[in-house]
Amino acid sequence: MKKLSVLVIVVMLVVMPLSSCSSYKANEVVYVYNWGEYIDSSVNDMFEEETGIKVIYDEYDNNESMYATLKNGAAKYDVIFPSDYMISRLIEEDMVEPLNFDNIPNYQYIMDNFKGLEYDPENKYSVPYTWGIIGLLYNKEYVTETPTSWSALWDERYSGKTLMYNNSRDAIGLTLIKNNEDVNTTDTAVLDTAAEEVKTLKKNLQAFVSDEIFNLMESGSAYMTPAYGGDVITMMEENSDLGYVIPQEGTNLFVDAMCVVKGSENKEAAEKYINFLCREDIAALNREETCYSTPQQQVYEGLDEETKNELIAYPTDDILEKSQVYTNLPQETLDYYSSLWTNIKNS
Amino acid sequence: MKSRVIAVPYVIWSGIFIIVPTLFVGYFAFTDSNGTFTFENISKIGKYANVFGRSIVYAAVATVLCLIFGYLLAYFMAHLKEHQKSLCLVLLMLPMWINLVLRTQALQNILMDNGVINRLLGLLNIPSLKLLDTSFSVVLGLIYNYLPFMVLPIFTSLEKLDNKVIEAAQDLGANSVNVFTKITLPLSMPGVYSGIIMVFIPCLSTFVISEKLGGGKVYLIGNVINDMFNQNYNFNVGAAISLVMMLIMIITLVVFGFLDDETKEGIL
Amino acid sequence: MSKAFSRIYIFLVFFFLYAPILLLIFFSFNSSNSNVAFNGFSLRWYEELFHDEEILRALLNTLIVASLASVISTIIGTAAAIGLSNFKKWKKKAIMNITYIPVLNPDIITGISLLLLFVAFNIPGGFITVLIAHITFDIPYVILAITPRLRHVDSHLFEAAQDLGATPVNAFFKAVFPQLIPGIVSAFLMAFTLSIDDFVVTFFVRGNAFSTLSTVIYTITKRKIPLSINALCAIMLLCVLTVLIAVNIFDKRKSREEFK
Repeated sequence: MKKLSVLVIVVMLVVMPLSSCSSYKANEVVYVYNWGEYIDSSVNDMFEEETGIKVIYDEYDNNESMYATLKNGAAKYDVIFPSDYMISRLIEEDMVEPLNFDNIPNYQYIMDNFKGLEYDPENKYSVPYTWGIIGLLYNKEYVTETPTSWSALWDERYSGKTLMYNNSRDAIGLTLIKNNEDVNTTDTAVLDTAAEEVKTLKKNLQAFVSDEIFNLMESGSAYMTPAYGGDVITMMEENSDLGYVIPQEGTNLFVDAMCVVKGSENKEAAEKYINFLCREDIAALNREETCYSTPQQQVYEGLDEETKNELIAYPTDDILEKSQVYTNLPQETLDYYSSLWTNIKNS
Repeated sequence: MKSRVIAVPYVIWSGIFIIVPTLFVGYFAFTDSNGTFTFENISKIGKYANVFGRSIVYAAVATVLCLIFGYLLAYFMAHLKEHQKSLCLVLLMLPMWINLVLRTQALQNILMDNGVINRLLGLLNIPSLKLLDTSFSVVLGLIYNYLPFMVLPIFTSLEKLDNKVIEAAQDLGANSVNVFTKITLPLSMPGVYSGIIMVFIPCLSTFVISEKLGGGKVYLIGNVINDMFNQNYNFNVGAAISLVMMLIMIITLVVFGFLDDETKEGIL
Repeated sequence: MSKAFSRIYIFLVFFFLYAPILLLIFFSFNSSNSNVAFNGFSLRWYEELFHDEEILRALLNTLIVASLASVISTIIGTAAAIGLSNFKKWKKKAIMNITYIPVLNPDIITGISLLLLFVAFNIPGGFITVLIAHITFDIPYVILAITPRLRHVDSHLFEAAQDLGATPVNAFFKAVFPQLIPGIVSAFLMAFTLSIDDFVVTFFVRGNAFSTLSTVIYTITKRKIPLSINALCAIMLLCVLTVLIAVNIFDKRKSREEFK
């Protein structure tokens, strides 16, 4: 018994570290931090095969938690996929590297109307990955009256069946859109009103969600939710009872782009990765998998008519006119959002 | 055998990885992001007073319910025959070794609006109940996860009860109620105290259970701490809140006689 | 009558404890991706589980961390238990109280305190930080498991061995160590189990894409939940059941031998 246990221990001591060596020995590595469900599963393997650079891939579910992870320095990433307003914040706080576009020749295929946008006016720090608008996804089986306004989420007929995003910017922002207010307002009175309405919404909600949205809408557990373009299409494909509207008050237009974290030790590998994702076949794979609208010219031209006509993916000008883009807010407004959100969660 | 020096590696390890981190919690609690000393974080704790209150209430309710149902179970188990006892013990411990997140997910699936329970109710033509994303589901989740932690120490101390003491009492004319209140219950108290500590403290600090079963609507102190470190990026307030949490824990331990050696052994 | 009540009650409680888990396992054989509607028997999720790189890598990480942490903490902890038994009273009490801190602290506090330590010294999260964290919360349990056993160790054997010419080290390993083995093995197993099961502490210190089984289950259940998670649960239950039965049989055999 004694000899056996000693033998077992010795074997484990020897075998385990050896097997760990093979997975941690990396010639070149790139650490990628992306949204959940936001890439085709074969892309990382294809990148490794073609370049020999190993991809270590981790996921987050909203901009704020990505920011927190970067800020506390407990994890080191190279490539990140922040949204527009978060990019301006990262640039302001010097948390991203200027890109060497010589390493990203495929940048030429990004459509011009996605270059030089407000969050990165000189185009130094980011390469667009996806874009889209947010719509109201609902279950036609249970929601008998087609919704026309964001206020449908507050409708007590669907009490306990509606969802809302689990972060302050989206929850308060959507309420501001519903109220026909400026989504980037710093007016505390306007924000207070919106926050009170979110508190009311909370009583009507089934849950605050991020990626749980797929499960809950597809299984018919929840009937209504705000949802981003690509997710709307994905969920409609899984459950034919689902449909969407773009409410009359307008919507939020977003761009998610790829950046390199400041102080990255694998900057060149990171730029190669970004370049890879802009290549036509890879971008097409990702578009196919996530259903999000692509800023890549070649992929867009290759789409069929039906996809191009899908309003939630490629909105017409009248919708674009009513859409607002989030920008970075001054620190005191961000702090105010923080305390409002705590109050909402607390209520 | 008489060597004291072999304990030195541990003393050094505990210094670096137990004492220093605890001191860091204090350091971050009393400084701001630039490192200057401040009481600001402590003053911000006031905002979370009702979250603390809510967490204590949830933890207390879950603990009391675990105590009632758990004591009954331990009592009945202690009176089983030997082979039945060990079977029950194995069955009791098994769920504890299934991952916490999996167990909570399992419960979530049952409580969903179109989950098994509501489907059964539907068959009986009873309208479906809102079971998930409520205070009810969170408390249920707490009990579901931590009931075995209450049962085990109580069972152990009931087992240690010498039958002869009970027989002696019965010889002296005590009826079964008296036997229970005057002998069994008092002698099982160390187990009860261990159980209370082993359930109350994890319940107080949970964030997974409130997150998954509360639908983001039940905001407990564990969620606040998790947000501070993983979402809002405010280590200083997070550390301050953790300090208060540690204080509550110390008070609980003192109240439930942690200083009693038997309780200490019971925890293991 | 009360016997019947006791049986029924015990059955109900165990039903309550097991029903959700058993249902989860039941749906692991579902041919469709639903946790609520059973559409036919299939083993596809078990197949998918074995092809899921994310889960497999996390499983490997978990086994490596748990093995290393439990071995290291058993060695340091056993040495500590022996050494501490020779400390002066107040020193011993002080260190024992420090030892209780990771045991009694809510794991979220252990997690963030270690996180703060690593952040303050700019140590990036990953395998090393997780290993350190696991060793830190394993050692106290090892010490607390071994210390009571030390009281029952016959130290006369140790002195006798030395009288017969053995060096202190030899005397220890030949005379004292064998008596401690059951305690050491159970301390090791306890540390191993704690490490495999841990979620919260690992969650806070893991940093850069280093996942253990528990953290990967958490991440997966936050998005679309494939039923391979159910399959994973079934397999985990099977493993734990096997180990528990094996331990039970082993114990019974041992007590039968001792009786002889």
